[in-house]
Amino acid sequence: MALLDIRDLHLAMRSFDGEAHVLNGISLSVERRQVWGLVGETGCGKSLTGLSVSRLVPTPPGRYMRGEIRFDGRDLLAMPERQVAALRGTRIGMIFQDPTTNLNPAFRIGTQLVDVALAAARRKPGVLAGGGRRAAERLAVQMLEKVGIANAAERLQDYPHQFSGGMRQRVLIAMALVGQPDLLIADEPTTALDVSVQAQILRLIRSMVDEFDMGVLMITHNLGVVAQSCTHVAVMYAGNIVESGPVRDVLMHPRHPYTQALLAAIPTRGTARGALRGLAGAVPNLIAPPPGCRFAARCGRVSAACTVLPPLTGALHRTACHHADHADA
Amino acid sequence: MLRFVLRRLMLLVPVMFGLTVMMFIIARLLPGDPVGLAAGPNATQAEIAAYARDFGLDQPVWVQYGRYLWGLLHGDLGVSIFSRRPVLADLIAYLPATMELVFAAMALAVGLGIPAGLAAAVWRNRWPDYASRVAALAAISMPRFFLGLLLQLTFAMWLFWLPLGGRFPIILEPPPTVTGFLTLDALFAGDWEAFVTACRHLALPAIAMCLSPLATIMRMMRASTIEVLQQDYVMTARALGLPPRLIVFKYVAKNAVSATLTVIGLYFGWLLGGTVLVETVFDWPGIGLYATSAIVSQDFMPVIGVALVIGLMFMLVNLLVDVLYGVINPKVRYT
Ligand SMILES: Nc1ncnc2c1ncn2[C@@H]1O[C@H](COP(=O)(O)OP(=O)(O)OP(=O)(O)O)[C@@H](O)[C@H]1O
Ligand code: SF4
Ligand SMILES: [Mg+2]
Repeated sequence: MALLDIRDLHLAMRSFDGEAHVLNGISLSVERRQVWGLVGETGCGKSLTGLSVSRLVPTPPGRYMRGEIRFDGRDLLAMPERQVAALRGTRIGMIFQDPTTNLNPAFRIGTQLVDVALAAARRKPGVLAGGGRRAAERLAVQMLEKVGIANAAERLQDYPHQFSGGMRQRVLIAMALVGQPDLLIADEPTTALDVSVQAQILRLIRSMVDEFDMGVLMITHNLGVVAQSCTHVAVMYAGNIVESGPVRDVLMHPRHPYTQALLAAIPTRGTARGALRGLAGAVPNLIAPPPGCRFAARCGRVSAACTVLPPLTGALHRTACHHADHADA
Repeated sequence: MLRFVLRRLMLLVPVMFGLTVMMFIIARLLPGDPVGLAAGPNATQAEIAAYARDFGLDQPVWVQYGRYLWGLLHGDLGVSIFSRRPVLADLIAYLPATMELVFAAMALAVGLGIPAGLAAAVWRNRWPDYASRVAALAAISMPRFFLGLLLQLTFAMWLFWLPLGGRFPIILEPPPTVTGFLTLDALFAGDWEAFVTACRHLALPAIAMCLSPLATIMRMMRASTIEVLQQDYVMTARALGLPPRLIVFKYVAKNAVSATLTVIGLYFGWLLGGTVLVETVFDWPGIGLYATSAIVSQDFMPVIGVALVIGLMFMLVNLLVDVLYGVINPKVRYT
């Protein structure tokens, strides 16, 4: 049984213009010690997928239309909020994009970390050896040391603004991991950081995977990040997963036209960063999306068959395309 | 931080100076014959002239002003031409009553307004929110003296629950003075009955004064809480597994209060100025009542003295608020 098993997840978000069908049948499963990269253009639904796993998408405006999010075999969407809340921090941890806005500016790092540790220990006694505030403070120091913060004991007294961006993200990682979660969701954990710091943070997350024996869902729009630190990757387009599988397979032998275009667009000297070379057209309107494959408007291989939504098929390396490129197989 | 406080204290000097100039000009521009009033209807012309000489009122205004400033530097706020008592002594006698009233009103406004605003934000667009919105509108739109009269009518003259006015019954022995606040002094003396008596007298004027700041603080707290609830770190706190109650009452509340603090400081000055009317309605023996009687008899030294005290208190309280703001909000740098 997979640690996380998302099955045919459909989510609609209400907005001023109408209800947008933003997740259109997401299927993805994550095992312990797997690091899944979730990539795709902005607005394709990466963050909403991640937030759904913690059940942090507000409903309304959100509405789950179909599907399941099985965590350890139990469907999170069918659970009452109290039970889901009990999983946060101790079973499912989260890191977000901007470490500046995700720490509370009015409280010391130590206060925040200790409170998170105490809350986790109440549900998972193994987290704190002795129990109590003293033990929580000791654990806080250990965690800060573990994520590479020097003078940890003293820095507990500091406020977030006294840390650099990279250090703040380390603190947030410490907070997400203090409850020893089985699954870590990292939503663009390095996007807001200096390039020089990004690699350090990625290495840190990677090193924690084995130590905590956890699975990771790492959201990013950077294929370089995926190549560097993921074991698996899922490529999203307009609310669908179009291709997924082991990193090596997907990046070396992409089968879906969108993945192929993405890889071709990786900036080499002389081309604009991130421009999708050879991809005309735009992402479809998700409020009244055309039936069939959502990539059809920009696809070079489109045919009459494409008016039916292609299912995600395959064993390990999976593709959702009627004309997937199996040249390598 | 110390340097910041010192600099702000230095700033008091020019402000106080400006206040004296303004008050002096206003006092002299107003028509009236204070000396004639003070000397009484049967005084002869010679008696009135002698009276004026006694108080230096025969001198040109700028000489009077110079003398006043000189006195001020020596802690002398002049003499009331009506009672012939030094203004400073009067202020020291009356100020505690006013401060007790203002603090009581402020304590009510903050103590009720902060939790009510927090509740209105957390249960936004549900009944706690609607109830507080209606109450706030009613409280803000009613003038204080009218509210005072209404309270008197209801609770003193109709229900007979509370006294009509005054601070402490003359026939009773007040507790020995320690702080000048009768409620606190009664507690220090261990005199429970005196404490209840003092509270019963304090209740109506304090309620009349607190409603408007209570409403404003509540609305401010609601708005800032709603803003804080939308911050990323609140979602993160939920994702990290912090219990909702801890998130609202600790993490959200502190951030929201720091935004509300400025209003609290401003209202303090507003309340001090507002005591004049409320003290008159409730016959509360503070500097407001003192100022009213001085104005009626065109007795200027007490009026200037009261204005100075209110200005000084206002500035000190706002300094305190700024310091508190820095304590709550660690990012603030004092420069
Ligand atoms: N609270 C919301 N209300 C309405 N629509 C929303 C809301 N949040 C997201 N959406 C819509 O859902 C879609 C997917 O959003 P999501 O945040 O998951 O994108 P993303 O892939 O994470 O993009 P990015 O790379 O920019 O973070 C977008 O089209 C967005 O406009
Ligand atoms: S299903 Fe059709 S339109 Fe969609 S990607 Fe494949 S070929 Fe293109
Ligand atoms: Mg996102």
